[in-house]
Amino acid sequence: MSTTNIPTLELHDLEVSYTVRGIDRQVLRDISFSIAPGEAYGLVGESGCGKSTVAFAAMRYLPRNGKITGGEIFFEGKSIVEIDEGDVAQLRRSAISMVYQNPSTALNPTIRIGKQIAEVFELNGASKSEAIERAQAALVQVQISDPAQVMRRYAHQLSGGMAQRVVIAMALASNPRLLVMDEPTTGLDATVEAEVLDLVRELRRDTGTAVLFISHNLGVIRNMCDRVGVLYAGTLVEQGATADLFNNPSHPYTVGLLRCIPRGGLHKSTDRLDTIPGTPPALGTKFDGCVFAARCALVDDKCRTQPPQMVTIDGAHVARCFHSDKAGSLPRSVEQIEYVPEAKGHSTKVGDTLLDISHLSKVFTQDGHRIRVINDVSLTLGVGETLGLVGESGSGKTTIAKLVLGLVEPEDGGIITLDGKGLAKTLNRRDVQDIGGIQIVFQNPDQALNRRHSVTRIVGRAVERLRGFSAQSSIKRAHELLLGMRVEASLHGARPVQLSGGLKQRVAIARAFAGAPQIVLCDEPTSALDVSVQAAILNLLVDLQKQDQTSFIFISHDLGVVRYISDRIAVLYLGRVVEFGTSQRVFNGPFHPYTEALLSSVPNIDGSTRKRIPLTGVVPSPSKPPSGCVLNPRCPRKEGSGYEALCETEEPNLTEVEPGHFMRCHVPMAKLKQLQS
Amino acid sequence: MTDETSKQTKQMELSERLAVLKKNKAFIIGASILAFWVFSAIFGKLVARYDQDFADYESISSSPSLKYWFGTDSSGRDVYSRVIIGSRIIIVISFLATLLGAFVGASLGLTAGYLKGRFDMVLMRILEAISAIPVIIIALLAVAAIGRASSVITILIIGIIFTPNVARTVRAAVLGESELEYVAAAKLRTEKTAHILFREVLPNVLPTLIVEFTVRLGYAIFAVATLSFLGAGLEAGSPDWGTQVADTWSLIFSEIWWPTLFPSLAIASIAVSINLISDALLEVFEL
Repeated sequence: MSTTNIPTLELHDLEVSYTVRGIDRQVLRDISFSIAPGEAYGLVGESGCGKSTVAFAAMRYLPRNGKITGGEIFFEGKSIVEIDEGDVAQLRRSAISMVYQNPSTALNPTIRIGKQIAEVFELNGASKSEAIERAQAALVQVQISDPAQVMRRYAHQLSGGMAQRVVIAMALASNPRLLVMDEPTTGLDATVEAEVLDLVRELRRDTGTAVLFISHNLGVIRNMCDRVGVLYAGTLVEQGATADLFNNPSHPYTVGLLRCIPRGGLHKSTDRLDTIPGTPPALGTKFDGCVFAARCALVDDKCRTQPPQMVTIDGAHVARCFHSDKAGSLPRSVEQIEYVPEAKGHSTKVGDTLLDISHLSKVFTQDGHRIRVINDVSLTLGVGETLGLVGESGSGKTTIAKLVLGLVEPEDGGIITLDGKGLAKTLNRRDVQDIGGIQIVFQNPDQALNRRHSVTRIVGRAVERLRGFSAQSSIKRAHELLLGMRVEASLHGARPVQLSGGLKQRVAIARAFAGAPQIVLCDEPTSALDVSVQAAILNLLVDLQKQDQTSFIFISHDLGVVRYISDRIAVLYLGRVVEFGTSQRVFNGPFHPYTEALLSSVPNIDGSTRKRIPLTGVVPSPSKPPSGCVLNPRCPRKEGSGYEALCETEEPNLTEVEPGHFMRCHVPMAKLKQLQS
Repeated sequence: MTDETSKQTKQMELSERLAVLKKNKAFIIGASILAFWVFSAIFGKLVARYDQDFADYESISSSPSLKYWFGTDSSGRDVYSRVIIGSRIIIVISFLATLLGAFVGASLGLTAGYLKGRFDMVLMRILEAISAIPVIIIALLAVAAIGRASSVITILIIGIIFTPNVARTVRAAVLGESELEYVAAAKLRTEKTAHILFREVLPNVLPTLIVEFTVRLGYAIFAVATLSFLGAGLEAGSPDWGTQVADTWSLIFSEIWWPTLFPSLAIASIAVSINLISDALLEVFEL
């Protein structure tokens, strides 16, 4: 901590507008906060609330159509709103650095890593050879092993986590007094995210740099920041020390946001997720009263007509609400659906095995290399049950979904049976009933819905093809389905472009249910959505399952979501199932070492700290899997288990370690239990 | 945020894009010029001042004047009227030729881009071979073979020669589109390949196709003019611009420049107008 009292960054009543199609639209209103030297300030909010605009404004780096229309920005006590471009450049060169969300686009693909980092040092006056030396030292600082070798590589030769480390090294090269990090770990796998966050924490301790940390992920913010500001519709609605704000949220929006998240322990069978009704206001909306009034359960006439000021809750903890005292007891908002289930022709009952996958493998050939992306996967799914698939990117989750759907042909020997009936390997050899019986909700509704077709057509056509209805009754059923998914009738003629992300995903879900499916695969259905929308979509899926006894295969990298919605969970690593069991068993242990590492890497929203079990090294290429157990080079439990030799030479089988709990590990369960306690 | 905003512009509605297009200066100028020529092509007789074959033997090769705006040619025919009336032939032929090329090219490009694999490989190699053939030589050979120039043959030749370019452009767009999940979604409701190609994918590559069409149309105008200049494009005696230039260019050396200049300017103006339009479309559709 520095001894001066001057904050590194101070925003005072900042207002920013964007000019969109000739009209000025205000995106930030009355933003005031300050960051002390050495402090980490977190800015959290949903997409479109203006988080990144704050960051860009603080760096005087607004897009060309953006301008500061009011207020002040002070950097170390000096106003930077009016200074000219030359001074701004000087500031960015020597005092403020930024780390963006996507490291692969932040690096120049044509320049070697070493040279890119060295350039920053040269810019600050170092000689060529000195700059190279310091670049290497910078890589050591961000804990990259074998920095000399990494310096010679190009950006595409780095993994996501490595690339982000390099970006951080570049940002730190100028020895900045303020580091702006905009969603620095979004898009990275959980274990990599945890490593990058650890690194940032350590660097902050060593360098004493002030950090403005922007994220939509409340768990990350909670674990990284000293103080937090909650942004809604371009307005700071609540601010305070991290623990105060999370333990005693005092703005209805913060309360709602925290309640939306499927926190540890919540399960669909007993808990329903809260949602925040309505949608965030469009860019540039004008407000007479409180920005959150339209979605707030505590709203009264005063809120609608009079803009609230910040009220002190407790010391530095402030909230912009007339009813901050009542925020904690905000009524729960739980929406219901009016879905009309269809009588199904199958005779199964809840609990019976519906889908049986056995010995499924898939080999892709790339540049002459055979890459075994799925290796001997066997799973079962019961009627009305949800099977969660978790694993890091590249573990084969989506490929399994495609194999089940018949979009990709499995290798010989793999068998998929639905309701006791063997399914053809590819889609064009399956009959309509089989195809309609297994449907999917894709991750990205922008790509999954044809942007040239209307909502009615998208759903109606699916009904027509899969159910054999006439065109007219298909449209009728499509409207029924859409209304059941809470897509209003006025939107049925709209194109996907005109809908919000959540509505698009509802349309995609309606389409998946068009053929009265027995199984719906959900491939990261909520990862492109904000948490409040995510909660509503999860509730919808759970309701549909209850009414229709539909089974789900739910793919997600978000362990909280998977835990909430799944009955059983399969953990995948390098195309293999390493652990398979009930949600309870998988999350409460004893764990497979990989599962253990994965779980420990998730930042906890309740602020509890736990020891992180690191996975060392990088995910090996599936074209050259390690000998023995594929996890062994990275396994956190191999050393000292007494099974090292076996782990390195022989691949373990998936064995039932206790009733209904399968693991692929040489270390016996009793030993694992002992190591993990 | 910037990601969000750029995503939003990419997803602009067609009607919004058209509104932007209407404000585009290049588009306004190009469309006005083209509109003039299309009007002349349809209602040529109204715009022209004399019949195309009317000859004033009193004033042969007279320079531009109030009576004959663009002067008269060596037969005493009004150059202005012949330029106006000549627009019909060149516009109709280049439009039909481009339409043929666009239709065949788009169908092949869609199929190749969607099916990929061996079909794509073989088809694209064949198309590459076709695009290596020079238009003019083929046209001259055709004239030699059938003994006379014919507009139908010209349309066929230009159409076939344009097919590979259109096919390649459409294929590239389809390659990207067919990876998107709405295609998988269509397969998962048992749609036939033809339906996926023409009802699902085609509407999404239509902007690309439209731009490619206008670019090709510009080239077609040049090709038709060149062929008729060489006497290999159209039936003998057509009042089209290429033939007019061919008939009169030698007079330039006698300082009679007007019967050559005005049809040439007409060719240039229509080619420029189409290029302005295609540039504007490229910009507005962000291709």
